[in-house]
Amino acid sequence: MSTDIGEFTDQEYKYGFTTDLDTDIVPRGLNEDVIRLISGKKNEPAWLLDWRLEAYRKWVKKPEPRWQNVHYDPIDYQDISYYAAPKPKKSLASLNEVDPEVRAMFDKLGISLAEQERLSGVTVAVDAVVDSVSVATTFKKKLAEVGVIFCSFSEAVQNHPDLVQKYLGSVVSNQDNFFAALNAAVFTDGSFCYIPKGVHCPMELSTYFRINAADTGQFERTLIIAEEGSYVSYLEGCTAPMRDKNQLHAAVVELVALEGAVIKYSTVQNWYPGDAQGRGGIYNFVTKRGLCAGANSKISWTQVETGSAITWKYPGVILQGDGSVGEFYSVALTANYQQADTGSKMVHLGKNTRSSIISKTVSADHGQSTYRGLVQIHDTAIGARNYTQCDSLLMGKDSGASTFPYIEVKHPSAKVEHEASTSKIGEDQLFYCRQRGIPEEEATIMIVNGFCREVFKTLPMEFAVEAQRLLSVSLEGSIG
Amino acid sequence: MILKIENLRAKVGDKEILRGVNLELPLGQVHAIMGPNGSGKSTLAQVLAGREEYTVTGRVLFDGEDLLTQTPEARAFMGLFLAFQYPVELPGVGNLYFLRTALNSVRKQRGLEALDAVDFLAFAQKRMDLVEMDRSLMSRSVNEGFSGGEKKRNEILQLAILEPKLAILDETDSGLDIDALRTVAKAVNALRGPDRTLLLITHYQRLLDYIVPDQVHVMTEGQIVRSGGKDLALELEHDGYLADAPDHTLPVGGTP
Ligand SMILES: Nc1ncnc2c1ncn2[C@@H]1O[C@H](COP(=O)(O)OP(=O)(O)O)[C@@H](O)[C@H]1O
Ligand SMILES: [Mg+2]
Repeated sequence: MSTDIGEFTDQEYKYGFTTDLDTDIVPRGLNEDVIRLISGKKNEPAWLLDWRLEAYRKWVKKPEPRWQNVHYDPIDYQDISYYAAPKPKKSLASLNEVDPEVRAMFDKLGISLAEQERLSGVTVAVDAVVDSVSVATTFKKKLAEVGVIFCSFSEAVQNHPDLVQKYLGSVVSNQDNFFAALNAAVFTDGSFCYIPKGVHCPMELSTYFRINAADTGQFERTLIIAEEGSYVSYLEGCTAPMRDKNQLHAAVVELVALEGAVIKYSTVQNWYPGDAQGRGGIYNFVTKRGLCAGANSKISWTQVETGSAITWKYPGVILQGDGSVGEFYSVALTANYQQADTGSKMVHLGKNTRSSIISKTVSADHGQSTYRGLVQIHDTAIGARNYTQCDSLLMGKDSGASTFPYIEVKHPSAKVEHEASTSKIGEDQLFYCRQRGIPEEEATIMIVNGFCREVFKTLPMEFAVEAQRLLSVSLEGSIG
Repeated sequence: MILKIENLRAKVGDKEILRGVNLELPLGQVHAIMGPNGSGKSTLAQVLAGREEYTVTGRVLFDGEDLLTQTPEARAFMGLFLAFQYPVELPGVGNLYFLRTALNSVRKQRGLEALDAVDFLAFAQKRMDLVEMDRSLMSRSVNEGFSGGEKKRNEILQLAILEPKLAILDETDSGLDIDALRTVAKAVNALRGPDRTLLLITHYQRLLDYIVPDQVHVMTEGQIVRSGGKDLALELEHDGYLADAPDHTLPVGGTP
């Protein structure tokens, strides 16, 4: 680069504020009593408590994984509070009764809890989750008219226990991995969506996660079930206050697509990334998996990861139904001392299943980005195909990128293609833009946005704009 | 004088590429620089535009202001434009978006309001017609997958949109077939005017049949060795660039 990539001096993380909410926090530490307490607070059925306890007992025996290409000091799991809930003034009969301070917090985040169409004409239903609980879900009635269930996980446990019991843990079991087991033991809330047979969900569904309380972890769980021939597009956004101490976010997302169903799941992750010296920030250790259970079903993940001190996740798809399709589009940006080890897992079981993985990583300052992917073609997956493309862009001499593609093929008819590239922002490209009167910083952002375009264009319009804006904000301090 | 170059030298490492260039370009004129491959023509263009990889000494005044201390973008704001010999590809950056960003950035410096997408499109379409640019190229990424000719046309489109005071065209004719050359020349001629100076860099005299220059300069080995009227180009065509340089026996280039 013509100009050194400077230190990330005063990057603006505009979501770094805290809100003074009256919060009900369980004392730090984890044991079976804490789990009983959480389950009791949520008035859960016995089977769910048992499921949690089983997960906990597995978890205590599991070693914490160390194979990932990220570095952090050991987490003291007894120093985290596992439940924090803004105290409701009373139980909510309608959205108008949402605590004004909670509403103001969401307004400040740019998330409207009012049930109105957005400027773009797109209607988005929002489930707002603060710390451990869902505080509001919009458009519930309107969605119910077509049979779509969209509510907090806790509500689903109360109102739709059969569905929850049938599908909870069916894609990510309560002992899947260390963090998934921890989540199963202590998860507090999240979103639940059920799209009935043949229904094209009439609006975008979204969950907005906000960590507010200090010294807590956030362990949410999302479950989406798309019945035969249905369609849903689901968006997820996240932010957290600036704090010197790291906070753990260990979520689980399970998606189930039955025959011919389509689930599109988009994430714009902007948890607090830590400061220029690498202090603070969220540890984002998440398990996300979809099951294409039915023939010709499709699950598509898009993620834009600009936040978090450490991002560690591999949204994947199990392609069980014949002819089912799995897609993964990812942009992961690491600046300052951020680290990301992310990618996808595509497990082909059914015939003629197809998957594609498009991963773009951008590393600036001391940022370290790793793509790690697994493509597994089982002996039943006749005619399966995968296409993987991983592109890394490096900005600054202390940044790094690595690629670990794992491919296991057990059927000779499989076609697996893998392409990878690593590049620096071209001196030629920058000079060309600058010669046309586009200043260096703007030119850099333009080139990076161009590099990510293939992924951004899979996002719904509003989110694509937001993703580009986030990328610009994250890069601003690291140029020139 | 829009441009006054005095004893301009440029080095990469120990290699001196420009070895004392002197040149004056009056406002409103068209000048051509001819010379064999490797004589330093593109280096001159790049140095004037602010490319940072060269160690540069000497003095250049642009419209009376010191040019060499300015950043590339500042030079663009002052009104300097370079049509690149090898236009650069910007994957994922839409052509139209790129052009609008560039124009609005320049307009901002000139104290003008930004054009919105609709106004810009109307303006850009007129300019596209001028260079007979295929509309479908506008929705593609900048230069990505463009043919050689399409890239050159795109450079001229950018010139037409940014309306600079001084445009340097580096080998805009190479890679163009005769029809494309005519179209591009027509567009360039339409962009001539009393407030704009053009500097054409070429090693073929062919271009100068279509864009007739006020003056022709010859560059060899990093220096302007001859200057003359438009007939100089024809003379070079016949005798080769180095006819007047006795220590060289082999003329280089000169004929298409
Ligand atoms: N960045 C560079 N590094 C090393 N050599 C260069 C560089 N730029 C130009 N040169 C050399 O300088 C000479 C002049 O090149 P150039 O200006 O491109 O000539 P022309 O445009 O007249 O063909 C050539 O020998 C070329 O290899
Ligand atoms: Mg050249």
